[in-house]
Amino acid sequence: MITFTVNGTQRSVTSDPDTPLLYVLRDELALNGAKFGCGLGQCGACTVLVDGEALFSCITPVMLLEGRSIRTVEGLGTVDEPGPLQAAFIAEQAAQCGYCIAGMMMRAQELLERIPDPDDDDILAALEPQLCRCGTHMRVIRAVKRAAQALAQAQALAQASEGAR
Amino acid sequence: MTHAISRRDVLRGTGALVLAFSLSRHAFALTETGASETPLRGLPGSLDSTPLLDAWIRIEPNGNATVFTGKAELGQGIRTALMQVAAEELKLPIARLTLITADTGRTPNEGYTAASHSVQDSGTALRNAAAQVREILIGEAARRVGASASELSARDGVVIGPGGFHFGYGDLVSEQLLHVDAQPTSILTDPRDFTVMDRPVPRVDIPAKVTGGAAYVQDMRLPGMVHGRIVRPPSYGARLAALDAGPVETMPGVLKVVRDGAFLGVIAEKEWTAIQAMRRLAALARWDETAELPDEARLPDALMALPSRDTTILDVGQPVAPSYAVDGLFSRPYLAHGSIGPSCAIARMEGDALTVWTHTQGVYPLRNALATLLAMPQDKVRCIHAEGAGCYGQNGADDVGADAALLARAVPGRPVRVQWMREQEHAWEPFGPGMVAHLRAALGPDGSIAAWQHDVWSQSHMMRPGPPGTLLAARDIADPFPPAPPVDLPMPEGGGDRNAVPLYVLPNARAVNHFLPEMPLRGSSMRSLGGYLNIFAIESTMDDLAGLSGQDPVDFRLHHLADERARTVVTEAAERFGWKSRPKAPAGSGYGFAFARYKNLEAYCAIALEIAIDQDTGRTVIQRAVAAVDTGQVVNPDGVRNQIEGGIVQATSWTLFESVRFDRRRITSIDWASYPILRFAHVPRHIEVHIVGRPGLPFLGAGEAAQGPTGAAIANAVRDVTGRRLRTLPLDAATVRAAMTASSLPTHSPS
Amino acid sequence: MLLKRVFLSGIILVAAGGAAALAYAWRGAIPPIAPPAVTSFQPDEVLRGADLALIGDCRTCHTTAGGRTFAGGLAMPTPFGTIYSTNITPDPETGIGRWSLAAFTRAMREGVDREGRHLYPAFPYDHFSLTADADLKALYAFLMTRDPVVAEAPANDLPFPINLRLVLAGWKLLFFHPETYVPDPSRDAPWNRGRYLVEGFAHCGACHTPRNLMGAEVSSRAFAGGEAEGWAAFPLGPHSPSRIPWTEAALGDYLRQGWQADHGVALGPMRPVVENLAEAPAEDVAAMARYLASLGAPAATFPPLPAAAPDMSGARPQSAGWQAAIAAPGTGQPEGLRLFAAACASCHEAGRPLPLGGTDLALSTSLSADTPQNLLNVVLQGVPASDGQAAPIMPGFVSAMNDAALTALVAYLRQTVAGKPGWPDLPAAIAAARDAAIPSPHAGAAR
Repeated sequence: MITFTVNGTQRSVTSDPDTPLLYVLRDELALNGAKFGCGLGQCGACTVLVDGEALFSCITPVMLLEGRSIRTVEGLGTVDEPGPLQAAFIAEQAAQCGYCIAGMMMRAQELLERIPDPDDDDILAALEPQLCRCGTHMRVIRAVKRAAQALAQAQALAQASEGAR
Repeated sequence: MTHAISRRDVLRGTGALVLAFSLSRHAFALTETGASETPLRGLPGSLDSTPLLDAWIRIEPNGNATVFTGKAELGQGIRTALMQVAAEELKLPIARLTLITADTGRTPNEGYTAASHSVQDSGTALRNAAAQVREILIGEAARRVGASASELSARDGVVIGPGGFHFGYGDLVSEQLLHVDAQPTSILTDPRDFTVMDRPVPRVDIPAKVTGGAAYVQDMRLPGMVHGRIVRPPSYGARLAALDAGPVETMPGVLKVVRDGAFLGVIAEKEWTAIQAMRRLAALARWDETAELPDEARLPDALMALPSRDTTILDVGQPVAPSYAVDGLFSRPYLAHGSIGPSCAIARMEGDALTVWTHTQGVYPLRNALATLLAMPQDKVRCIHAEGAGCYGQNGADDVGADAALLARAVPGRPVRVQWMREQEHAWEPFGPGMVAHLRAALGPDGSIAAWQHDVWSQSHMMRPGPPGTLLAARDIADPFPPAPPVDLPMPEGGGDRNAVPLYVLPNARAVNHFLPEMPLRGSSMRSLGGYLNIFAIESTMDDLAGLSGQDPVDFRLHHLADERARTVVTEAAERFGWKSRPKAPAGSGYGFAFARYKNLEAYCAIALEIAIDQDTGRTVIQRAVAAVDTGQVVNPDGVRNQIEGGIVQATSWTLFESVRFDRRRITSIDWASYPILRFAHVPRHIEVHIVGRPGLPFLGAGEAAQGPTGAAIANAVRDVTGRRLRTLPLDAATVRAAMTASSLPTHSPS
Repeated sequence: MLLKRVFLSGIILVAAGGAAALAYAWRGAIPPIAPPAVTSFQPDEVLRGADLALIGDCRTCHTTAGGRTFAGGLAMPTPFGTIYSTNITPDPETGIGRWSLAAFTRAMREGVDREGRHLYPAFPYDHFSLTADADLKALYAFLMTRDPVVAEAPANDLPFPINLRLVLAGWKLLFFHPETYVPDPSRDAPWNRGRYLVEGFAHCGACHTPRNLMGAEVSSRAFAGGEAEGWAAFPLGPHSPSRIPWTEAALGDYLRQGWQADHGVALGPMRPVVENLAEAPAEDVAAMARYLASLGAPAATFPPLPAAAPDMSGARPQSAGWQAAIAAPGTGQPEGLRLFAAACASCHEAGRPLPLGGTDLALSTSLSADTPQNLLNVVLQGVPASDGQAAPIMPGFVSAMNDAALTALVAYLRQTVAGKPGWPDLPAAIAAARDAAIPSPHAGAAR
């Protein structure tokens, strides 16, 4: 039994410790966000955050994750209340088939937590491990920028209201 | 030929609809969408094969509508576009529509979702059906109040009339009201009055995809579901020589090892167990390999040496010239569809009935193939489309459907989910075929093209089910089905010869299709089929001819174009790019232009772009690409932009990087390390898409319009930078670097 | 920091070292020229220069990630501060467009730029001093016929007094002893060619020879192993820690193709080197291999390779796929073995041939070397995808593995797979490797 938190909720899983996180998320915890793309850490469709850092869940055995904090695209918001990054991807219509997008978003989330105001080069570099086959790259880049702006505005508002108090 | 098809028949997917399919099977095999070439009834779009209005649209008692399409969402946004069309003509808000896509149990048979035909076929059918349903509802309201239908109108799901009376759609509809055949003509909404069409309506599928909703067949979890994996042979045609499956059968969690001839699969309670069992089984199996693949380094020669069936597809004037100003052999390697998500299907055998959830592009053809494969009646097999990762043509979707069905037979009552592994998708998908095109052209004294010859060599681009022999598993089982006969898609759409007939006005021209019945590597439909290479060849040659005659490439094209819509997109792309006023490119940079009308029947697309090449490494990046596109009546402008942007980026990847690698026995491109594609570092720095609106004109598909022009425009830009014409795809860094080195030398030699 | 302080005091001492040093230090400018026309060079000379630029690895330092080749600006962290590489395209204002052949030759051989300023020895003029006139002329022809790129290199970020170029004169006095190449008549032509290239243009010793506290190569310990950008540059010749001794053929294959079945794949700073050599003339690379092989082999014979556990024979798939099924070792087994089986073995025990397959770790020099540096770098950073080329990809485990897991895995690999005693001071090495790896998921991106 391995225990970790997933999107803020503590979960204990019974899968064998050598099972890659991807299959535990999908098959044991019924989360769809992380996708099987290659099983080799080459494409990024399975990307999730562990303790805030993006990794390939398809090659990460859960034995490494005892006590750690995992975040998937489900942890960024919901259909009814999308988070800033999700709202940005919807606003930019940044998907075609969308199979790569959840992993793409987790990589972008890591970037925005590290560099709140990324420039084009930051975004290209950060997303390099992620493959998209439909050619939605231009929209993904725009969506990450839009999310960064939204987060900055939200922070400015929060600071303003903090200051007013 | 008309058939009375009852609602129940449609629901059961049996009876007259099936009869219609089997009667027209011959025609189905001959077009890329599976639709009949010759109209049956003269009705618009797919209404022609499925005329009953309530096969397409049902009005619920609450006034909401359920809309049916035989086409499938492949990530191209078709679900949203079709809902826009239906909502516009029904005068019903999109939120009150439910769209049911390809399902042999519920929807019309619209063949394959392919060839950029979906809006044209299904959109046209739905638009007319919706308009006719609306008029029937208005007529019913008029009948009830004794008014003239012309005094009434429909809005927001309500029929309203003078004096303020109104009926909700739900109040008007009755059992048989919509159970009528469509009429040949409809009262369509004037494009000036559109409120839903020609608007950038947000895609209905995206919210689930960005929040972890169940968006794909890969995400389905049915009660009692188990996981299957397949062990594929190491090479084409390999036979299983020896296997002791005992160690796998006894692995904890393994339910079954399925072996039928050389078809090998495992079923386990958990997915990871199934993968481990698959790997163990693969290690235990011993194979006899017999495949003899061509010499990859000499692929063009190998293809041209194969026996061919030759068809002259264009022959006007005197195409033979005493000498040619341009004479070039163009080639492309085999290309992988390379879906990011390997193919997946879920199959369940319950009693004598099989249900398969699949991301196939053709639920009906797959249903028929599976029925034959499993020796089941067609009405006992139901195929339901569920989205997969983008396929861009025929990937492993159909094959994995057969794999899942064969495994499901071994565990009756339990749904079996099978997903291919990365190496299986890469090695076993039917590739976009390797091809060769030979172009020769001569210039007249006036700078016009005086003679033109185009020869193209290609295997089939259409090896979809129907015949069970198209499915991998059907070839591996102990009692195998014969290989499916190769299909040469006929003109005007064509297969390998797609777009081999230039749209330019050429008084002396010949084009010959050298169809290769043999298939050195497994191949089938991949976006734009032969169009990518043929447009690459034609547009490269056009640029060279322009240069030789001292004309601007855009002027030279316009000089040879009569089609007004073609002239408009060429002019639009050039103007938006600033082609005429383009500054002298800095060292290492250059400009390229290309144009095509996809299939000479679909969307028009012209692309101008600027590239930068690193002189020392040959690394090539698009700095700016400007596309102009005419897709007829636009349903969703943002959807069109998304498709064109995507087409440019995807074709940039094909053009700069991609090539399926193989040795003399096996495919060796089995993952993203051995089949690199474009990553973010190579994303074009800027893309603009300008839509030339054509309100009221027929829909033209947009999904494959940009690929051909993109490859050609890149090659033309490389020529602009290096002075070298590169004709062998891909234009990879080593190739471009060699051209750069040659062009940087102090004394220039002619290219 | 101790290193830095020693270096500083040394420099100050030397700088104060009297008139002789000053006289040596003062170098005049060489007059600027009008940028020569491309047509003033011969094509075959340009092509020969292109080959020498590849062997000399010029573009690796004189190009930023994603930047134009030879336009400079790459930040090179040294123990003493950050030095930025210069623009060596023929742009007249920001590059070397106004440099005459004499100025170029002086820079290459003596480490003095056209204006007369001493260059920092990050530019390996201590090796280039060996280069022949004709070759420098060819390299000059190649560089002067490149497309000029306007790019001003950032100013170096060095503390006082190292930021004083004059101080470098003192350093040169102590450590820079230019020589001309003298062929060894007792050796054949390829060996002499190889030695000329290895010691000169290719400047292999710049990484593979240890440096003293003041950053100069210790010539008495040539090829005894050094360091580059946080990676060990393994000893060559008699000190090589390779499990299977290098042969001339193996060295040739490795340098030309970037991998060798008995040794693995070139990674870290060696990767761009072999990428360049892949384009260089095959006979030159073979000559370098001949010379390097002649450095000798370790006297001591290695113990036979221990059987790597778990024994994967029979688990390797004979199909298109190359991932092996790995049975989980029992919970009683060492944690390192369990981690290896779960996280590494499916690729590294699958038998897929190099370069795309996982290296057979029993043969890896990273496991048998005196330092865990490279092993840790690879485990943490992985091998990022190449820029459009078919090349190995390995995921990094920096986010997945905590220090305890890493320690257990490394212990297993070092002691059981390599059969060697554990590395001393592993925690410090892990901390350093982790620091280096933090930005790494993105570092390879724009290359």
